[in-house]
Amino acid sequence: MADLRLMLPELILFAWAMMMLMYGVIRKNVGGNTMIYLAMLGVVITGFSIPMTGYGIAFGGTFFVDKVSVFFKMIFLGAAFFAAASSSSLLEKLKSDHGEYFTLILLSTVGMMFLISTNELITLYVALELTTIPLFVLAAYRKDSLQSSEAGLKYLILGAVSSAILLYGISMIYGLTGTTFINLAFGRLLEQSLGMLTLTQEVNMAFIIAMIMLIAGFGFKLALVPFHMWAPDVYEGAPTPVTSFLSVASKGAGVAAFARLFYSALPSFGEFYWGIMVGTLAAAAMIIGNITAVLQSNVKRMLAYSSIAHAGYLLIGFVSLPTTVNDTPFGPASIMFYMLAYLFANMGAFACAIAFEKNYGSYEIKDYQGLAKESPALALTFTIFLLSLAGIPPMVGFFAKYYIFLAGWPNYSWLVIVGILTSVISLYYYANIVKQMYFNRNETVLAKAHFDSPLVITLVLTVAGTILFGIFPESVIKFANNAFDAFPF
Amino acid sequence: MIPLEWFLIVAGVIFVIGMIGVIIARNVMIIFMSIELMLNAANLAMVAFSREMGTLDGHVMVFVIMTVAAAEAAVGLAIIIALFRNRDTANIDEVNVLKW
Repeated sequence: MADLRLMLPELILFAWAMMMLMYGVIRKNVGGNTMIYLAMLGVVITGFSIPMTGYGIAFGGTFFVDKVSVFFKMIFLGAAFFAAASSSSLLEKLKSDHGEYFTLILLSTVGMMFLISTNELITLYVALELTTIPLFVLAAYRKDSLQSSEAGLKYLILGAVSSAILLYGISMIYGLTGTTFINLAFGRLLEQSLGMLTLTQEVNMAFIIAMIMLIAGFGFKLALVPFHMWAPDVYEGAPTPVTSFLSVASKGAGVAAFARLFYSALPSFGEFYWGIMVGTLAAAAMIIGNITAVLQSNVKRMLAYSSIAHAGYLLIGFVSLPTTVNDTPFGPASIMFYMLAYLFANMGAFACAIAFEKNYGSYEIKDYQGLAKESPALALTFTIFLLSLAGIPPMVGFFAKYYIFLAGWPNYSWLVIVGILTSVISLYYYANIVKQMYFNRNETVLAKAHFDSPLVITLVLTVAGTILFGIFPESVIKFANNAFDAFPF
Repeated sequence: MIPLEWFLIVAGVIFVIGMIGVIIARNVMIIFMSIELMLNAANLAMVAFSREMGTLDGHVMVFVIMTVAAAEAAVGLAIIIALFRNRDTANIDEVNVLKW
């Protein structure tokens, strides 16, 4: 029973997802935003159950709860909450309540929660698939829309290929170490590393291939640069609430699993192999993501490229292994803080795009002209999120980038310099939208915008998060730093 | 007893065939079959390692992978049908509404 108690949040959320599915089948067309509020309630209940479960290890060491997993679970739940809350205009278009829509979002969240809590490769793979398979369906959710089905298909093919590559990497790690436990794998590698040092060439080669495959598999999930082709298409074609969920939660889950696996199973090889490899990927993601984002005319596509760039920033924190300097935030802690900042700013930015589309029916950046005059509230909130994404001081995004760069500076200064330079580029395209909204005159007068209440909840909470954590970042970064003490078990 | 390397060579070859299939095939169904091939290459490697080391983890993993692959195929076929209704094609080259 003690084992099950640790798994309580996942179980609650899973039961809630099933309940929403059943409710959607039994009661057709409940109307209004009932289903949305139900989903939000389920997420909130799960969130409250997390502090009650405590920390520990369960099920023979396959499942564990520590501070890092609690932090990431909160982020995933937050993303699910905001994604569900901003879905009402999508559901209006579909003209039905669609209990299964929320079931899929919640199931994907359950998968992410297992992913961050697992210590075993089989569970890791199943959790990863539980995360992505509902997302395939969600991306193709508008059956009548060609764009949506195309996005679903592209995501499905590349997602399946990436899991296959990842799986092959996992099988090689299993073959090299003889265990599926992530924390034991490292010990086994060390045992064999004496043999590796005398260079039995095959083992070394197999190890490098396994590492490349794991990096490629996670690179697809995170949309890093050589593996990013699917991201803009999927982000543009998928329904916008799904896109927002995809960009924040799925990215967070990917980076968390990536860090777990590499920190605990393959740490000492970091300096030799994957540090420089992942660092190069990070630099490529920042450069290509930011430069291509400048050229976009569609808001969703621009945010897609900007999210590729943000994955690059996250990886700076990832390659910066913990240094012993006391007051420098550790790399992993800065990843955690960055995810928090990214959660609020990106979910908020997508919510603004949804609100704009609902009122004015467009995702084109040029249509944002003169928005500030007609609906100043929407323009102001959007500005806050964009500035946070760009990393302007009063917002939380500034501290996120600051901690990431601080963590990366000792070992990867060149990466930090690339990061700072590309941040300047990113300022251009974020500020471009602000300029459109505030300084460009518009001939056709826009109507006043109307919001539905769940969307207002999203916007208020994300604005509050963006500004509050921007003013008081210390408590979070302190928690993240303490959490890291126990990070590799 | 057949040595481990032989299994691994076969698994590697199957994996590469699958990868090439995903890249060059134009029909969505063929791409799907190629993905299954890649998954099964991983399965073969798992089973081979498992037998070599005399542990059961690899065998268990294979069953799990097969189940997950079935789920993935179900979702995939549903998406292909949705696409086919919208576009009347299973050719990946004609699925090009979204592009830069």
